[in-house]
Amino acid sequence: MLLGTLIYGLITSATLALLSIGFNITFGISGVANFAYGALYVITGFGAWILCNMLGFPYPLAAMFAVLFSALFSALVYRFFLLRLRGMVLSEVIATFAMGLAILELFRYSGFIGSSYTLPVFFEGSLFIKGIYVDAQRLFVVGIAAGATLLLWLFTRHTRTGRAFRAISQNEFTAMTLGIDSDWTATLSMAFGAAYVSLAAIVILPLGTISPMAGYGILINALAVCIVGGLGSTGGVLIASLIIGYAQQFTESYVGTHWIMIVSLLAIFLVLCIRPSGLLGHQKELEERI
Amino acid sequence: MSRTPLLKVTELSKNFRGVQALYRVSFHVEKGELVGVIGPNGSGKTTLVNTITGFVKPNRGEVVYDDKDITGWKPQKVIRLGIARTFQMVKPFYKLPAYKNMIVPLYSPRLKKELGGRYGDLNEIALDCLEDVGFERDSFVAYKTASVLPQGYLKRLELAKAMVLRPDLIILDELFSGLSLAEVASIVPIIEKLRYAGIAIIMIEHRLKELFRIADRVMVLNYGRKIADGMAKEVMESREVKKAYLGTEAE
Amino acid sequence: MTLRKERIDRGIKVRSDDIFIVRSWREMIYFTAPRLLPIVLLFALVLITNEYWQRVLVQAAVFALLGMSWDLLANCGLISLGQALFFGVGAYISGSFNFYFGWSPLVTIPLATVLGGLLAALVLVPVFRLRGIYFSMVTLVLPLMMERIIEATAILGGTEGLTGLSSLPASWVELCIIFIPLWVCLFLLRRLIDSNYGVVIRAISDNDQSVINAGISLNLYKAQVVIIAGAIGAFCGAFMTHVYQFVGMPVFALDYSILPIASVIVGGAGNFAGAILGAYILVPLSELLRGIGGLRIVLYAIFLMVFVVALPEGIFHFLQRKYSQFERLVEVDK
Repeated sequence: MLLGTLIYGLITSATLALLSIGFNITFGISGVANFAYGALYVITGFGAWILCNMLGFPYPLAAMFAVLFSALFSALVYRFFLLRLRGMVLSEVIATFAMGLAILELFRYSGFIGSSYTLPVFFEGSLFIKGIYVDAQRLFVVGIAAGATLLLWLFTRHTRTGRAFRAISQNEFTAMTLGIDSDWTATLSMAFGAAYVSLAAIVILPLGTISPMAGYGILINALAVCIVGGLGSTGGVLIASLIIGYAQQFTESYVGTHWIMIVSLLAIFLVLCIRPSGLLGHQKELEERI
Repeated sequence: MSRTPLLKVTELSKNFRGVQALYRVSFHVEKGELVGVIGPNGSGKTTLVNTITGFVKPNRGEVVYDDKDITGWKPQKVIRLGIARTFQMVKPFYKLPAYKNMIVPLYSPRLKKELGGRYGDLNEIALDCLEDVGFERDSFVAYKTASVLPQGYLKRLELAKAMVLRPDLIILDELFSGLSLAEVASIVPIIEKLRYAGIAIIMIEHRLKELFRIADRVMVLNYGRKIADGMAKEVMESREVKKAYLGTEAE
Repeated sequence: MTLRKERIDRGIKVRSDDIFIVRSWREMIYFTAPRLLPIVLLFALVLITNEYWQRVLVQAAVFALLGMSWDLLANCGLISLGQALFFGVGAYISGSFNFYFGWSPLVTIPLATVLGGLLAALVLVPVFRLRGIYFSMVTLVLPLMMERIIEATAILGGTEGLTGLSSLPASWVELCIIFIPLWVCLFLLRRLIDSNYGVVIRAISDNDQSVINAGISLNLYKAQVVIIAGAIGAFCGAFMTHVYQFVGMPVFALDYSILPIASVIVGGAGNFAGAILGAYILVPLSELLRGIGGLRIVLYAIFLMVFVVALPEGIFHFLQRKYSQFERLVEVDK
């Protein structure tokens, strides 16, 4: 039981990390609130499914198109619609949340529920590790998660665009005086965040069915990981996913499935009360006093 | 007869993640004295104010006010004790009219202690306070929203917000910056009035000429260290002070 | 010839702002009509509509109160994403006292109001010292947590909730209990925010450093605001518990957090009347759309989204501006 919990804990953590990176990019690094996050996850899933099953595309191609579509969609919606709310965090939160809500409920209304909505896995079969069966696809998830995190870390530290992302959330005005186009950078970060969550979708969804209801849980989990780890910190996302992932896994194994969500929510509450900028975050916790 | 000074700062040090903003600064202020604090930009003057008034916690050192150790106290507590400060970058309540800005300090627990109980119509008191700092009654400038007021009035508003707290020590952080000579000349009498009322004043300034006319003593900071403390004239003769302001000595 | 738009107060507005309003009927009507009309209109509507739509109007009043509670917190710089917390706490307190001790609604509702406010402040005190956004996140998370905890521990009725609670004595009592507080709250909150106390509250949101610099304890004032806002929210929850005669996990549902915010955004923030206006647009709209089934939420969300982007100041401010000012194009002075 313990070994299984440990192994699956790692997988859960990797899944959480992969899911949260995109949210961290937009909200943590660039300061753009995208609460339609869960909806994008589901859109990608259904998009790939439609391309696969109704238009007969091969899965890798369908997946790629779905990711691109999701990124393009968020970028366009942001640029032509949400840009007016730049800087007003609450309005951004409400507008994007409403958008996510509309999308998810539209899917639900149109009848996209059922076990027929699945995506094919990239890797068939499973490995047998010390008496525990582990799907190859799940290990694939871990690999992708590690790669994606590394990519993000390199991107924000060493590329110009990545540093621009950080600049516009730290001090937009100064960033603009340095020639960074704040609007374009924000749009780009939306696209990147959407691309990441879409990537997560096409890798994780094959393990189950695509369900519009999952959209809400995705948002909460991503929020939990980002807050506990610290908005804007890639290392924080890593550590927080491990902590929350293992906490969830142990809770599931030894306490009961009902308590899993409570773990995430409790984590958020405790972190916000004790160390609100998260484990590795550098956000201003207290109001500026000087 | 030696009196204990009103404010006694001992070996105050503050380090901001590697930047030593203050290093072992010690000085004192007597009741009713006007002490100037000068020094090049970045020498730690504002950090000194922040650590004394509690907006920032010092790493080492002691701040004793009126025989009480107030080191590391929260700003609200320090201000309730009788120290008031202004901010270098004025912080008015921009959305409110000028006289409504005064309502906030009038709600201070310090006044409840000092004046005890009801003290009349707050709006009238606010207008009177503003008149004392030069908001002319007949121009109704006190009714204007703070966001439309020019710097001269905002600085005066900032001063009024500190004065109305009936402090025993006022710390003015670069009050004269951004003001014309005429505006400075109109504010100086207000400061002198404070002195005659027995209020101790610490003035951080860059405008040395105006400061030296009114200061009893002057303290000089450079890179977080105190490099001089004394009468204005002798401080300005000091070689170290000249080096701090002007660079290496001319041959 | 370059032109610019200029906004000037209407003559009648200026004349009716002063004591001299009493010299003319026209000015008195200009002043009192917008204030009396909604009250009279709502009163009439409630009397003439059928029971179904009466329920809708009552529900709208509840959301209006939740919206005003949100507006109060927002005036202090505290953006609450979890009004459902206050609502749910009030609902469970009054429901529990009625279920376990058999106390009448006329006792449990006031009790829940007071206790709810105090409890809310107690829970939120740890986050006062932090930046506003963390307050928002905690309020978002707490109702969800309450839901899961009740589900997992099965206390207070668990997933089934507490059923068979007492109803209110008569239907007219029900209407009085909700509509009188609605207008009373509006009146009192407006006076509160305009008073000098309100200045301090708004100052905390504007520039809290200067408030600290005046020696004022932020936590004390924030706690007071949360107690008042929490009490209003708890009152709504307690009231609805006795209207439905049931309390369960759904009282912490996201609806009770989102709809008040939506009402204020649509109606206009900052002045409490916008909350009422917004609620009375959104709730009836939601009922009218009920016919289309699941699509309702979609249209709703789209409506909200469009509104937030197109008219962020809200309807009330827009109407107020049109009512008291007129615009014209003037030449730019050289």
